[in-house]
Amino acid sequence: MLRVTLRNLLARKVRLLMSAFAIVLGVAFVAGTLIFTDTMSKSFDGIVEGSTPDVTVRPEGTGSWDQAPSADTRTIPASLVDELGELSGAERADGSVQSQSLTLVGSDGKLVTGFGPPTLSFNYDDAPAMTGEPAVVIAEGREPSAAGEVAIDATSAEKGGYEIGDTVTLVSTGDQPRLEVELVGLAEFGGGSMAGASLVLFDTAYAQELFLDGKDVFNQVALTTADGVTQQELAYEADQILPDGFEAVTGDAAAAQTEDLIGEILGFLTTILLVFASIAIIVGTFLIVNTFSILVAQRSRELALLRALGASRRQVSRSVLIEALIVGLVGSTLGVLLGIGLAQGLTALFKSFGLDVSETPLVIAPRTWIVGYVVGVLVTLVAAYLPARRAARVAPVAAMRDDVALPESSMRLRMLFGAILVVIGAGLLWLGLSGVDNGAWYVGGGAFSILIGVSLMSPLLSHPVLVTIGGLYRPFGLVGRMATQNALRNPRRTAATASALMIGLTLVTTMSILGSSVNKSVDVGVKKEFTTDFLLTNPVGAPFSTAIADQIREIDGVGDVVETQFVPARIDDNAFAAVTATDPPRLFDMFDLDATVDDLAADEIAVREDKADDLGLEVGDAMTVETQSGKYELAVAGTYPETNVTTEYLTSFAFVDLVKLTREDSFVAVNAAPGSSASEIEEPVRDVVADIPTVVVQTQQEFIDSQREQINGILMLINALLGLAIVIAALGIVNTLALSVIERTREVGLLRAVGMSRRQLRRMVRLEAVAIAVLGAVLGIAMGLVFGTVLQRVLDDEGITELSIPVGTLVVYVVIAAVVGVLAAVFPALRASRLNVLRAISTE
Amino acid sequence: MSDGPTPATTRSVAARAVDLHKTYGKQEAEVRALDGVSLDVYAGEFTAVMGPSGSGKSTLMHLLAALDTATSGTVFIGDTELARLNDKQLTKLRRDDVGFVFQAFNLVPTLTAQENILLPLSIAGRKPDQAWYDQVIDTVGLRDRLGHRPNEMSGGQQQRVAAARALVGRPTIVFADEPTGNLDSTSGAEVLKFLQHSVRELGQTIVMVTHDPVAASYTDRVVFLADGKVVDEMQAPTPEKILERMAAIQTRAMDAAAERSLEGGAA
Ligand SMILES: Nc1ncnc2c1ncn2[C@@H]1O[C@H](COP(=O)(O)OP(=O)(O)OP(=O)(O)O)[C@@H](O)[C@H]1O
Ligand SMILES: [Mg+2]
Repeated sequence: MLRVTLRNLLARKVRLLMSAFAIVLGVAFVAGTLIFTDTMSKSFDGIVEGSTPDVTVRPEGTGSWDQAPSADTRTIPASLVDELGELSGAERADGSVQSQSLTLVGSDGKLVTGFGPPTLSFNYDDAPAMTGEPAVVIAEGREPSAAGEVAIDATSAEKGGYEIGDTVTLVSTGDQPRLEVELVGLAEFGGGSMAGASLVLFDTAYAQELFLDGKDVFNQVALTTADGVTQQELAYEADQILPDGFEAVTGDAAAAQTEDLIGEILGFLTTILLVFASIAIIVGTFLIVNTFSILVAQRSRELALLRALGASRRQVSRSVLIEALIVGLVGSTLGVLLGIGLAQGLTALFKSFGLDVSETPLVIAPRTWIVGYVVGVLVTLVAAYLPARRAARVAPVAAMRDDVALPESSMRLRMLFGAILVVIGAGLLWLGLSGVDNGAWYVGGGAFSILIGVSLMSPLLSHPVLVTIGGLYRPFGLVGRMATQNALRNPRRTAATASALMIGLTLVTTMSILGSSVNKSVDVGVKKEFTTDFLLTNPVGAPFSTAIADQIREIDGVGDVVETQFVPARIDDNAFAAVTATDPPRLFDMFDLDATVDDLAADEIAVREDKADDLGLEVGDAMTVETQSGKYELAVAGTYPETNVTTEYLTSFAFVDLVKLTREDSFVAVNAAPGSSASEIEEPVRDVVADIPTVVVQTQQEFIDSQREQINGILMLINALLGLAIVIAALGIVNTLALSVIERTREVGLLRAVGMSRRQLRRMVRLEAVAIAVLGAVLGIAMGLVFGTVLQRVLDDEGITELSIPVGTLVVYVVIAAVVGVLAAVFPALRASRLNVLRAISTE
Repeated sequence: MSDGPTPATTRSVAARAVDLHKTYGKQEAEVRALDGVSLDVYAGEFTAVMGPSGSGKSTLMHLLAALDTATSGTVFIGDTELARLNDKQLTKLRRDDVGFVFQAFNLVPTLTAQENILLPLSIAGRKPDQAWYDQVIDTVGLRDRLGHRPNEMSGGQQQRVAAARALVGRPTIVFADEPTGNLDSTSGAEVLKFLQHSVRELGQTIVMVTHDPVAASYTDRVVFLADGKVVDEMQAPTPEKILERMAAIQTRAMDAAAERSLEGGAA
């Protein structure tokens, strides 16, 4: 039996390879994701370990805040550094000055790291990290040793077009907007890759002058253990002499903390990529079921012969499963190999976004192979199970008959099951709409249920659509009619093929409607609420100096200027909360917000109405707000209406001082004074930030455009990832058609014999492919319309207030589907038209 | 070699084979399916081709119907020499000038009987000649079955539909390779009567391969093939005469084989 199976496999190399292709792509996506995120993770681990000292002394709480956008104002005096250096367990103590307020500008005037990774500024020292090596070494030139001198990492120097001796430009979000310094050395990071960040090194005194008002203080202290002293022992010893509010943390603990934070972000990325991988695999599963069904159907006479010769049902179905197993193994192997290529592609993609891990060799963990094989083989076996069972049901007598038809399992059960899933899904959608918490999850679950249900019912649903398409084919005459008939002739096969495309297009359509609705909502929301003439923002997300707002106030014709600053915080031990510090009366006034409170004291907070309702907060209630410097008890002083101009919680600027953050601006709104116009002040306002590429001035329309650009960018990325599902679906059409053509060899020969030309034959196959593709597109878009609309309704509260259906885009999708059909038909059509007439009619 | 009257010069030739050779395979494995066949098929005549299995009957049909090309020799359909035609012209010839009925699988399963009959015309984008179409349909006797799909018809009905399809385009000549081979005698008779009728009443030209002396007796002329050569022919055949002749051919072949093996033994 095994020999028969193997012979079959070899005889059908091409067909099986095509079905294996779906596996290959799915597994490649999974493996690529794992390899890429493992590589990222390793690269970051290298960075963390290469830059964390044995023991770090720092203001309490700092480590749990990934990167506070504004600098912590708590510092460590130089005298304490000296004391720490004299501890018996310490080999040395090095005070460290750190800042993210500078951004490196290349010689072409553009930001070296783009709007992605940060520029990290440090004072240069040769303090070793916990790896024993110094965190940075000067590879070329010399270390910076005076004011006005700088060393930067070699990669950034190359990207920025700088050489030693050049004048390097740094822009600051601080008081001095531009800094020009002489490049004296090129540094190399001990931990290997910098993941795209730029490193800027100054001499200690100069760094203190730039970032710490020239005081002889430090942000942190790096302690190195003496021989024979452990990290814990030194940390304990240091803790004894530290004043309140400071902590000594072992390198291992600090590294673990940082790695946890990175792990969270990477975990998120992994999850998203794996979701797309799952979509690809689900789509692939359809194709494998289909391919094996067709192969079994074509072989039914042979299988019947085996049965007639005494093979048991189990032997027959096992022979099909063994075939699937081998296909799964081969597909998985190729998939993981292709995944390595894909990981390389992802690395390049993320490099173009500024996240560069290309210096770390790809990490191909054994886990990646195992997962690849498990996924690939399991999916193939599951997909082949039904066809295998069907194969076993071939009656031995079928060997004697001419026209063997496999016993088709009744569609009724399948329809019933599909209908039940659709009903459950509809119920979930309805629940999601009825305003439960986390409605989007219900919609997601409902959409999934409906998607599977419709896939099951698609043989029935496809009929009216195909008949309609057939009507459109009337101008093609007989050829069009035969194409339609061919598509209708095996509803399961056609529907399964179309389902693959349907799933892809459902998702693409849903995303397009969502994207378009978000765009429209932003449009409407911004026009209604952001009524100011100009907005100042920072595309990197880092805050900028209040000096900029001050300069703008000085301009003739400028009226109200309202500043805001984001304060990263957690509320009541919960996740990150959006707290904004501002000048509340002026903010309320400028945006016409009907607040129940006017000014706020340092220990008071105002809460957005909807949030106050959610949390059941009343005026006078106490709230715990945790920031980088500790927990603070604030009193709820009032509420303000729902709005998009600011976040859920407002405080006064006094709160910024209270939590020991540097006072900076995240977002500034500017109005022309009564009697002067926006156009009059536009130029002088733009001039203020002309030299600071990290701060942009936007009119209302520019603000809308920049938001749209971001939304469209995300949408494009999502659609590109979904594109893989569509590629797999297209392969499915190729596969099904090619197999159908082989199956209909005799018929094709007959048509040729009675005078059908090659062109007509090709057109017939092509029209069938287009019918299948358009069927998938129509079903997919129909469902996408429902899901997209429901999702928008559910996310109404989240600010997606408008529904927008991009009709033009949807039409383009149908056209693309038709083109996919045409392309998918190229090979099968060629194959059909090349069939030798005689060979075709004499085929057994 | 031939008996009966020599063909009158007034009869025109619908298809002509001149010294046809067809070999399959190379060197040792070489098979001479046709080994110098010359044959004229006359317009308006029902011709049968008979011979033992493997004698080259199907091969001859395929060459005459432009489904395959000869190793050497020429084929004419009407005045057209097939060797001069390219694929496009051959397709057109198959569509317009030649009809073909196979032993089985003649019909496209997705099309109704009527659509199958009109298939060559539809492919060509032509309208059927209504009077002729009616005549063919009436002769074939399937008017009430026209809306049915092949799987709703008996084997005999299917073959009649196939024959009607071959005829409806008024081709110069119709070839049928064992059209009744898969049928019982009653269904076979239906098909044969139809073919005979279309020659006698409608003036068609038909060449039919058959193993069955009864089937061959429906025709006007029988050509006997053996070992890729025309070995005999007969006018106005009856089953008895055909059986006799076939037996003679069989004996001759056996004698020849015996002679060959004797020679082989002597050498
Ligand atoms: N494609 C082919 N390749 C090799 N040999 C072939 C091929 N087709 C036919 N032959 C050989 O050519 C010879 C003639 O075959 P053909 O099919 O014409 O015989 P036939 O008279 O139609 O026989 P039957 O009555 O069994 O149908 C046979 O010996 C056959 O084996
Ligand atoms: Mg034959």
